[in-house]
Amino acid sequence: MLQTVTKTKALRWLLLAFLLLLLPAATFAQQQITDDQVNEIAKDVFCPVCENTPLDVCPTVACHDWRELIRTKLAEGESREEILDYFARQYGDGVLSNPPRRGMSLIVLWILPALGVLLGLLLFSRVLRGLRAAAAEAPASPPPRPKSSTGDPTLDDYISRVEKEIED
Amino acid sequence: MTDTIQTTPPATEAPRRKIRWPMVVMWAAILALLAVLAWGLVNANASRPEAGQNAPTFNVEFFDGYEWDNRAVSSLSEMRGHPVVLNFWASWCVECRYETDAIEQAWQRYRDQGVVFLGVAYADVEPNSLAYMNEFNVTFPHAPDLGTAISKKYEITGVPETFFIDKNGVVRHVQIGPVNQQMLDTLIPQMLAE
Repeated sequence: MLQTVTKTKALRWLLLAFLLLLLPAATFAQQQITDDQVNEIAKDVFCPVCENTPLDVCPTVACHDWRELIRTKLAEGESREEILDYFARQYGDGVLSNPPRRGMSLIVLWILPALGVLLGLLLFSRVLRGLRAAAAEAPASPPPRPKSSTGDPTLDDYISRVEKEIED
Repeated sequence: MTDTIQTTPPATEAPRRKIRWPMVVMWAAILALLAVLAWGLVNANASRPEAGQNAPTFNVEFFDGYEWDNRAVSSLSEMRGHPVVLNFWASWCVECRYETDAIEQAWQRYRDQGVVFLGVAYADVEPNSLAYMNEFNVTFPHAPDLGTAISKKYEITGVPETFFIDKNGVVRHVQIGPVNQQMLDTLIPQMLAE
């Protein structure tokens, strides 16, 4: 009986010692995340306070807090995508420089430009077709005959053009 | 004699009009573009709701440990019938520190009269928000501004900003900058008396 109690106590102490060992390790891991690693993600996030300022260069307290949040999440092992997704969920798609392809972002940034290009192509083809049809419908005017014929059609054509130019 | 059989010519079917799909696509694209442009214009011209205008409704998911009417999730429309003091703040906001105590004290005074106080943490990091609320011993309902959905609807330009919304959901006053005790004790009784 006494032996069992001693064993349990020893196990508890071992567990405590293990946890105490983990604590500095976790702190160390957080310290190991460099500013460059943080800024690699922060540059793709916009400051919530100053419009159009990336998080990595913004000096406000709000941005400092957000950068620290990125550092914490990196230390916790979260990937770049997971962190950016968290920011989009928490603060809206508008804080990301490259918003995810969903909802209004999908429509405004992807579908509408594609529709615009399609529309432009259709309009262009219609205009082109209209011009071709107009050209085909116009009666082909026979080349005007020169005032005096030489008997050579090529020469006649040339002379008639020269005469027309002189008249004009 | 020959019999002549007169036959009526069969009715000719009207020629079916061919659907010109490129035209359909073109008009659909034009309509879609116009719809989005209109939507963009409406949003660009959206402005902060002023006194006398209806307060935009929104959903809130309170911070852990905070609730309203025993609900962890609620909406402004559910608060209809109660005057609402909607306060936007952030832990990084220096000016917010000047008003938090006053709002908490007003909440303690008016909560039994049915006044709803709602703090919305704008663009804040959750652990910092919780630490701030702990520092000021804030007990009135608080929620994060998830996806900045609420602040967008109220078109806030910074923090702190406070909207006083009456029982009918109409904005009675907008305070840009910190509120003070005197302001709270003037506006809340007015909303209660209506």
